[in-house]
Amino acid sequence: MFRLEVRTSTPAWFNLALPLLAIGATLVLCSGLIALAGAGVLEAYGVMFTASLGDSYAITETMVRAAPMIFTGLAVAVAFRAKFWNIGAEGQLLAGAVASCFVGAIPMPGPLAMVLMAVAGAAAGAAVALVPATLRVKFKVDDVVSSLLLNSVIYYALMALIEGPWKDTFSGYPISPPIEDSANFPVLLEGTRLHLGVVVALIAAPLIWFLIVRTTLGFRIRVTGENPEAARYGGINVERVLLSTALLSGALAGLAGVGEVGGVHFQVMSDISPGYGYSGIVVAMLARLNPLGVVPAAIFLAAVMTGAEAMSRATGVPAFLSDVIQGTALLAMLVALLFTAYRIRRVGTAR
Amino acid sequence: MSAVFEQIFQVGFLAAIIRIATPLAFATLGEMFSERSGVLNLGIEGIMLLSAMTGFTATSLSGSLWLGVLVAVLTGMLMGALHALFTVALGLSQHVCGIGVTLFSSGLAYFLYRLIFGQQSVPPNIKGFETLPVPVLSSIPVLGPAVFNQFSLVYMAMLAIPLAAFVLYRTPWGLSVRMVGENPRAADSAGVSVIATRFQAVILGGALMGLAGAFLSMAQFNAFTFGVVSGRGWVAIALVVFGRWDPWRSAGAALLFAFVDALQLRMQASGLGHIPYEAFLMLPFIFTIVAMAVMSRNAVAPSALLKPFRREER
Repeated sequence: MFRLEVRTSTPAWFNLALPLLAIGATLVLCSGLIALAGAGVLEAYGVMFTASLGDSYAITETMVRAAPMIFTGLAVAVAFRAKFWNIGAEGQLLAGAVASCFVGAIPMPGPLAMVLMAVAGAAAGAAVALVPATLRVKFKVDDVVSSLLLNSVIYYALMALIEGPWKDTFSGYPISPPIEDSANFPVLLEGTRLHLGVVVALIAAPLIWFLIVRTTLGFRIRVTGENPEAARYGGINVERVLLSTALLSGALAGLAGVGEVGGVHFQVMSDISPGYGYSGIVVAMLARLNPLGVVPAAIFLAAVMTGAEAMSRATGVPAFLSDVIQGTALLAMLVALLFTAYRIRRVGTAR
Repeated sequence: MSAVFEQIFQVGFLAAIIRIATPLAFATLGEMFSERSGVLNLGIEGIMLLSAMTGFTATSLSGSLWLGVLVAVLTGMLMGALHALFTVALGLSQHVCGIGVTLFSSGLAYFLYRLIFGQQSVPPNIKGFETLPVPVLSSIPVLGPAVFNQFSLVYMAMLAIPLAAFVLYRTPWGLSVRMVGENPRAADSAGVSVIATRFQAVILGGALMGLAGAFLSMAQFNAFTFGVVSGRGWVAIALVVFGRWDPWRSAGAALLFAFVDALQLRMQASGLGHIPYEAFLMLPFIFTIVAMAVMSRNAVAPSALLKPFRREER
C-alpha cells in the first residue's frame, strides 16, 4: 500500500527537478503526436533543438521570442502570488502595444521616445488590469472571468483601430502606421534581431524577484495570497494590495507589448501576439511563480515555438505541436507540484 | 429610426436569438452542473473547440451527422474526465487546471485538424444540420417559424433545460450533486461519494459542452475554423454566475446574451452611422462584464466551489 503524506518542507533541488520532470513528461507524451503524424520522434525533436538553440543566430531568435514571455510570465507570477487571477495578460499586452505604437509615431529624440513608449505601454497595461481587480474588490466579480472577457474587448478595440483610423491608406492592410525609425530599439548584435528590449526583460526578472522577496509590498503581496484573513488581521489592506498587484502585473504585461512594437514589428497588427499572454501562465507555473525561474521557463517555451516552425518545415508535423506542448507542460507541472505538498510513503499492508 | 427598428424585430431576428442561444445554453448548463458539484471548469473554451473539431471531422469522414454529434459528446466527456482527474482526484487548483485543459484541448484541436485536413486555401465544409419544422407548432404565427422551424439540436437544447432542472432538483443524483457542492463533508457522512459524484457531474458537464461545440461546427457554421468558439466558453462561465447556478435562470441568461448578440449583428448589418463593426462585436462581452458586476454582489456560489475534498483532512 502507498499513502500520500503531507509534506511540511521541500528540498531546494525540487525547484529545478520538478519543472525538468514536467518538461520531460511533456516531451514523452507529445512524442505520440509526432509518431501519429508519421515522423521520427528523435528527428523531430532534434530539428526543434537545432533550430532554436543550435547556433548563435538561432539562440538570438529564441531570446527575441522569449522576451515578451518573460514579461507576461512575470505579470502572471506577480498576480498569482497575491491570488489575483489575472488571465488578462494577453489584453494588457495588446493595450501596451497600442499605447507604445501611438507614442513611438510622434517625432522626438530616440532615447526619449523609447522611455515614453515604455511608460505609456506600462500605463496602458496597468489600466486594463485595474478593471478586473476593481470589479473584484468593489463588486465581487470573479477576476478570472472578467479578465478573460476583457481580452476579447481589447482585441476588438485594437481591430477597430487598425481597420479604422490607423488603417494603412496606401496598401489597405489592417496595420498601424510604423513608429519613427529613431524610436526603433537598438539592435545589440549586428545581423540579428536581438534588441534592447530583450536585455530589459532579463534585468526585469531579478528586479521583480527583489520586489517580491525583499520589499514590504512584496511581503504584502505574498501574505495576501497565502492567507488573506491573516493579512487583514495583521493590518494589511488586502483590497489595496490587490489593486497594487494588478497595476504591477498589468504594467509588466504592457511592457511585453512595448518590446514587440519597439524591437520586433515597429507597428501594430492583429496578430502581434500569438497568445504570449496565455503562454505567460505556463511560464509562471513552470517557474513555480518565482520571478527568477520565469527566465529559463520563457526561454524553454520560446525554443519550442521557434523550433516547432522549423520542425514543421522539415518533417511535416504541424507546428501546432508547440501549442499542445504548452498545454501539456502546464498540466504536467501541476501534477509535479503535488510532490511539493505530499510525499508518497510505503505503509505496511494491513489485513 | 422606426425603419431600423422594424428591420431589427422580425421573425428572422427571433429565430437568430434562438440559434445563438443554443450553444450557449448547452455550454452554460454544462458549466452549471460542474460548478454545482463544486468544480469550476475553465477548460470549457478548449473542450468546446476540441469537440467542434472532432464532431466535424467524424461527420466529414463518415457522412453521418449524428455520429459526429456522438463523437463530439464523447470528446467532451473525455476532457471532462481529464479535468476531474486533475481537480477532483488530485485536488489541484481548479483555476490553473482549467486554463491548462483549455490550452491543451485547443492545441490538440489545431494540431489534429491540420494533420487530418492539411493546409487548404478554402476550409472544407460539411453538409450540416437542416432545419426541421415541428408539425402544427411551426404554423403558429411569428413564434412558429422562429421557434419551431429550427435544427434538431435546438429542440434538444429546449428539452435540456427542463430536464437539467428536473435532474438537479428532483432526482437523488441531483441532490447528491448539490450536497457535494455545498457541504461535501456532510454529504460524505451521509454516505454520498464526493469524488464519484463530482466526477459524474464534471463529465456530464463535458458532454453538454461537447454538444455546444457540435452545434457550432455542424449546424451554425458547417465548418471548423480556429475561431469557431471565440470566447463563447468564457461567456458561458459568466452566464452561470448571472444565472445564479440555476438551470432556468442560466438558460434565461443565455437567451438574454443571445438577444444582445443578435441585436449587435442586426445593427452591424443595418450599418448604423460610422460606428466601426468591432464596437458591436465588443458589445456582448461588455454587457456580460457589466451584468456580472450588477449580479455578483447577491450571487451565492456553491459553498464548496474551488475547494478540493480530501477525506482525511480537516
